[in-house]
Amino acid sequence: MVAPKSQHSSLNFGQRISLGVSDIVGITYRNLIHMVRTPQLLVFSGIQPIMFVLLFRYVFGGAIATPGGNYVDYLLPGIFIQTSLFGGASTAVGLSEDLKGGIIDRFRALPMSRSAVLAGRTIADLARNILVVVLMLLVGFLVGFRFHGSAAQNIVGMVLVVAFGYAFSWVFAAVGLMVKDPETAQIAGFLPIFPLVFASSAFVPVKTMPIWLQDFANVQPVSVTIDAVRDLVTGVPVGSWLWQSGLWTLGILVVFIPLAVYRYRHI
Amino acid sequence: MAEAVIEVDGIEKSYKTNRALAGVSLRVERATVLGLLGPNGAGKTTLVRILSTLLKPDAGRATVAGYDVVEDAEAIRSIIGLAGQYAAVDELLTGRENLELVGRLYHLSRIERRNRAEEVLERFSLTNAGDRPVKTYSGGMRRRLDLGASLVGRPEVLILDEPTTGLDPRTRIELWQYIEALVRDGTTLLLTTQYLEEADRLAHRIAVIDGGKVIAEGTGDELKTQLGGAVLEVVVADSRKLKEAARWLERLGEGRIRLDETRRLVTVGTEGGARVVVEAGQLLVEAGIEIDDIGVRRPSLDDVFLSLTGHAAGDGSETEENPKQGGTRHGRA
Ligand SMILES: Nc1ncnc2c1ncn2[C@@H]1O[C@H](COP(=O)(O)OP(=O)(O)OP(=O)(O)O)[C@@H](O)[C@H]1O
Ligand SMILES: [Mg+2]
Repeated sequence: MVAPKSQHSSLNFGQRISLGVSDIVGITYRNLIHMVRTPQLLVFSGIQPIMFVLLFRYVFGGAIATPGGNYVDYLLPGIFIQTSLFGGASTAVGLSEDLKGGIIDRFRALPMSRSAVLAGRTIADLARNILVVVLMLLVGFLVGFRFHGSAAQNIVGMVLVVAFGYAFSWVFAAVGLMVKDPETAQIAGFLPIFPLVFASSAFVPVKTMPIWLQDFANVQPVSVTIDAVRDLVTGVPVGSWLWQSGLWTLGILVVFIPLAVYRYRHI
Repeated sequence: MAEAVIEVDGIEKSYKTNRALAGVSLRVERATVLGLLGPNGAGKTTLVRILSTLLKPDAGRATVAGYDVVEDAEAIRSIIGLAGQYAAVDELLTGRENLELVGRLYHLSRIERRNRAEEVLERFSLTNAGDRPVKTYSGGMRRRLDLGASLVGRPEVLILDEPTTGLDPRTRIELWQYIEALVRDGTTLLLTTQYLEEADRLAHRIAVIDGGKVIAEGTGDELKTQLGGAVLEVVVADSRKLKEAARWLERLGEGRIRLDETRRLVTVGTEGGARVVVEAGQLLVEAGIEIDDIGVRRPSLDDVFLSLTGHAAGDGSETEENPKQGGTRHGRA
C-alpha cells in the first residue's frame, strides 16, 4: 500500500518553525500554570537564597576581607548566580517528575516538535528564575547592596545572570532525562553545582584558597561569570571575564541542547 | 483481503535479557477492532508502545496506515490517538486545560481546540468537573479524561491499552457504545484488554498473546469452536475426590481439563449434548464419586483463554500453574 503524503512531510520549513513555536508556547504555558498552582514551591525557592544572603552578610561577612572592602557589593553578584544555578537545577526535577507521571509518554506520541517539551520546560524555569533573581535584588537592596555600574553595565550584568542559569537549565534537562526520578534528580542536580559555586569567587576571594584550588576556581565557568557580573554591577571596567563567560554560556547551550534533545528522543 | 491499517510482521523486543515480544505478527483491517488479549506480562503494552512510536522494535517491521513505525514515526503520530495503560494526564491542570493542551499539540486552531475540549468533556460526562484540577478527580474520571485526550485529534487509528480498567460498569458500557460508534464512522482500533467480555463484545478479531507470542487469532466464535462445541462442568461433593473425578472425565473430553479446588469444579471441553452429561454421571457414580452438580454450557472466551494460556485472565494465580510467566505488574518504562 502506498502511504498517503503525511501532514508533516508536506510542511515547509517556515510552517514547521511556526508549529514548533506554538508547541513551545503550549508547554511553557502549562509549566507556568504549574508554578502558579504550587506557590509553596515558589516561596521556598526564594527563601533559600535569602538565607544565604543573611548568613553571609551578617554571620560570615565580617570575617571576609574583600578588595574594595564593601562585602555586600561583593557578595550579591555571587548570590545572583547561585540563585540562578539552583533555579536551573529545578529543570531536572520538573522533567523527571513529568517522566514519572507518564505525561511525557503522551507528549511523545503526539505530532509535536521533539524539542518543545524541553524548550517549554527551560523557558518556564527561566521565567521563574527571573522572578527569584528580582526578589534577590530587592533583598540585596534591603541589606545594603547598590548598583555602581552604568545602566548598560547593570543590565548586561543581570542578563548574564539569567542567561547563565538558562544554559545550566539545559544541562539539568539532560540530567533529569537520564536519572528519570525526581528524588535522584534533586541530588544529581545539586551535586555538580555545589563544588562549582563554593569553589568559586562567589563568597570569598579566590586568592584566599590553596593554590591547587585557585587553579580550578579561576577558570571554571561559575567564577568567570560571577567575576564578570561583579565587575559590571560595581562599575569596574570588565576584563576578559565578560567574553569568557559569554563563551561558556554559549558553549554549554551548544553542547547540552542537542544532548538533552537526544536523550528525550531515546528515553 | 480488505485493506490493513495496522500491519505487524515479526516484531521482536527485549528489555535487556527479558524477551517481551518474540516475533509478533498481526493485521488490523480498516474500521475494525482488534482485541489483544493476554495475561500480565504477555507483551501487550510493549506492542502498544511500539505501534505508537514510543519504543523501537529490535527486529521485524510494523506499519500504521502504511507508515513505518521507525522511519515514519512523525507521520504516525499525527494520525493515531493513544491512551496508555496508566492515565497520562496533568494533575495540576484542569480537565479542560489538559484537553486544550493536547488539541494545541495536535495543531488545532484556538477555536477548534476549545470546541473539541468541550465536546470531549461532554462525551465523557466531565463537563461539571471540567474546570477543576485533575488532582481532585476520582480514578475513573482520570481514566475518562485520559481516553478523551486520545480522541481530541480525531485520530483515524486509535490505540487503547486496557481502556476500561478502573471504570464502573455503566461507564464501561458507555465507552463501548462510543467505541462502536467511532468504528462505524471508520476509526480503526487496537485495544488490549484483560476482560474477555470486552473483547467478545467489541473486537472483530481477537489475538491471544502470551509470552511475547500470538498463540491464537480469530473471531471470538472461531476461538470458541477451537475448544470443542461445549464445556462440561461437574461439581463434586468432596473436594478430596476432585483429582480422581478429573481422571475419569478425561476420557470424555477433547480439550484440556481444569480443576478449581475452592469450587470443587472440574471443567472439560467436549462436543456437548445430553449424552455427555449422562456418560459423565454414570462414570462418576460407578467410581463412587458423589456429584453436587453437572451440566454443559457454551464455552466462554474465559475457557478459551484458560485452555490456551494455562492461566486465567487477570487472576493472580497464573504464576503457580505456569512458573515461567512473570505475573507481576511492572512500572512504566
Ligand atoms: N521497561 C521495562 N523494563 C524491563 N522489562 C520490562 C519493561 N517493560 C516491560 N517489561 C517486561 O516485558 C514483558 C512484557 O511486558 P508488557 O508490559 O508488555 O506486558 P503486558 O502484557 O502489558 O502486561 P500487563 O497486563 O501486566 O499490563 C514483561 O515480562 C515485563 O516484565
Ligand atoms: Mg500492559
